[in-house]
Amino acid sequence: MQSPAEIVQHSGGVIGVSWLMIALPLLGAAILLLGGRRTNKWGHFLGVAMSLGAFVVAVLSFVELTGLDPDQRRRAFELFEFIPGMVNMGMLIDPLSISFALLITGVGSLIHIYSIGYMSHDRDRRRFFAYLNLFVAAMLLLVLSDNYVGLFIGWEGVGLASYLLIGFWQHKPSAATAAQKAFIVNRVGDFGLLIGIFTIWTTFGSLAFADLTQQVTGQASEGTLTAIGLLLLLGACGKSAQLPLQSWLLDAMEGPTPVSALIHAATMVTAGVYLVVRSGAFFEQAPTAQLVVTIVGVATLLAGAIIGCAKDDIKKGLAGSTMSQIGYMMLGAGLGPAGYAFAIGHLITHGFFKANMFLGAGSVMHAMNDEVDMRRYGALFPVMKVTAVTFIIGYLAIIGFPMLSGYYTKEGIIETAMEHNAILGWLAVLGAGLTGFYMSRMIFMTFFGKKRWADDAHPHESPAVMTWPLVILSIGSIGLGAFLILGNRFMNFLSPAVGLPQELPETHVFGFGPAALATLALVAAGAALAWFRYGAAEVPAVAPRGSFLTTFARRDLYGDALNEALLMRPGQWLTRIAVFFDNRGVDGLVNGLAAGIGGTSGRLRRVQNGYVRSYALSILFGAAAVVGALLYVGNM
Amino acid sequence: MTTHYLVLSALLFAIGGVGVLVRRNAIVVFMCVELMLNACNLAFVTFARQHGNLDGQLIAFFVMVVAAAEVVIGLAIIVMIFRTRRSASVDNANLLKY
Repeated sequence: MQSPAEIVQHSGGVIGVSWLMIALPLLGAAILLLGGRRTNKWGHFLGVAMSLGAFVVAVLSFVELTGLDPDQRRRAFELFEFIPGMVNMGMLIDPLSISFALLITGVGSLIHIYSIGYMSHDRDRRRFFAYLNLFVAAMLLLVLSDNYVGLFIGWEGVGLASYLLIGFWQHKPSAATAAQKAFIVNRVGDFGLLIGIFTIWTTFGSLAFADLTQQVTGQASEGTLTAIGLLLLLGACGKSAQLPLQSWLLDAMEGPTPVSALIHAATMVTAGVYLVVRSGAFFEQAPTAQLVVTIVGVATLLAGAIIGCAKDDIKKGLAGSTMSQIGYMMLGAGLGPAGYAFAIGHLITHGFFKANMFLGAGSVMHAMNDEVDMRRYGALFPVMKVTAVTFIIGYLAIIGFPMLSGYYTKEGIIETAMEHNAILGWLAVLGAGLTGFYMSRMIFMTFFGKKRWADDAHPHESPAVMTWPLVILSIGSIGLGAFLILGNRFMNFLSPAVGLPQELPETHVFGFGPAALATLALVAAGAALAWFRYGAAEVPAVAPRGSFLTTFARRDLYGDALNEALLMRPGQWLTRIAVFFDNRGVDGLVNGLAAGIGGTSGRLRRVQNGYVRSYALSILFGAAAVVGALLYVGNM
Repeated sequence: MTTHYLVLSALLFAIGGVGVLVRRNAIVVFMCVELMLNACNLAFVTFARQHGNLDGQLIAFFVMVVAAAEVVIGLAIIVMIFRTRRSASVDNANLLKY
């Protein structure tokens, strides 16, 4: 077993100016938001340029980093003193953060380019690009910061960008509600993360990753480490839509499709996985917390897959699938150094094939007058070949078709889980089978079968600015998995940041292990079932009522109902009681006191009746009382 | 020996007080106030005599000075009120109230 390398102070070079990665998109967002209508004409080009600029800096940093010795590849440098004596803001460029930076800026730039076409008819395209740039900046701050405070600021920044972009079409009440839901559910997770960071500070007196090595964290009691792990996991659950904080992700599909692709599939929702891997020093010494991470991962991967099986809205189907795939990543991240490389590898390949499919779905919607119901699609393959072919490549990658990206990364997670705990492993295999079913269902309903189009639909291929990103992403969906996983290339690359397991796993171009074969068999069975039900058979244009299980999945496993019954109703009662107490109790006391004083003084002022002689009488009585009192006191 | 003076002073004060309370005519009320002031003066002078020092006499002079000033202003006010309202009754001037 090899521990992560020491973090070395860095100066100069491209890495020394890698803060430009954050600054460029942030500058873009500022110009576009403050510039107002003046920037309408060229705003989208500026947005793309800033994102591409960040990508170039990321690539150059990556090249410089790979030029160093492996044990020197964790470079930190301080930017400024943020909270004196407590936090120095700085950047940490190591294999883990640079992998994320490349994914965020690379896929992010492609989605920026795609958005030029997708949002071309939107009046607010400039504002859209401003928010996208803001998101890229915040996400990069999240992954590049060398301490938990910077991570938290980025974490909140991506939450803000996500909120703004889900509610981008705020004239739709459903979008506005979905944005608020995402924000509120994320608050719960952020609360956990914040308390976790507080606990780290009070226990270890530092928040910098460089100080929180395994030797340091090993000195704390296991109870403290478990508490920190579980609190961080709560934060991760909120951001990554894991059970029990999953309910916002499906509603988040109200945002424009490029947003769903970038934020709610490829990058932001994977921040939870990053947090767990980055905090490995805590998790690896708290087996209970790790076990909970894997359980959450497996539960979510099954829940997401079941939801995906019943959704007719193409974007919600993909959202269920995203939940499920992030469940796999969580499972991998909970397995320690043996799983990290597969979790992050799956995260990167998923970033490609899921962004590919989301953008493909956006292309289909673009062609079908923003129709999202797959029951109104069908037979789209001949009319939009590029979209269809790239979508199918993404599909084959996600179900784990041999030799494609998802096959290697997902198989790696399943194999590692199997060694760790057979129950977790077999549940993950079952999830893969479900993936085969619901993704095939999506493909058959969208691109094959009979036309079920609305009368005014005239589908056509999308413009080149939208199809080229699809092509590039699908190339990543094909080759990236093999490139990363075979020969443990990615595991060795990541090792300075996250450490290595005791023995490296064997990798095969095609695995013959029982788990690998069982997975393939289940996926094939799922795909075949989908073919019989949705490919060969007629698909009704209106959804049939379905069995209990279908309703269960359609209603997101009753997640919203559960939240409503457990949290919303009691919350409403609490507020009602508080309002009642406030109105009757507090207000009653204050108003009663005021009314009492007012009434009394209203009566007392009658004494001032304007008759001088009555005043004289009262003076007389007053004087007599004073004299009497003096006499009484004097005689005591 | 000085008790009689004090009794007289008290009687005069009481007569003045009752006059202020029961009479309506402002001039009469005014005279009753003067009576009360002079009753006080008598008491002061009596006490001065009783204690054998001049403090009381001194205060009596102050009271007289103040009373004189008060008479000047008070009479002027009464005359003005009478000119505007054709009445010197204190009960008629009751506008300044709640």
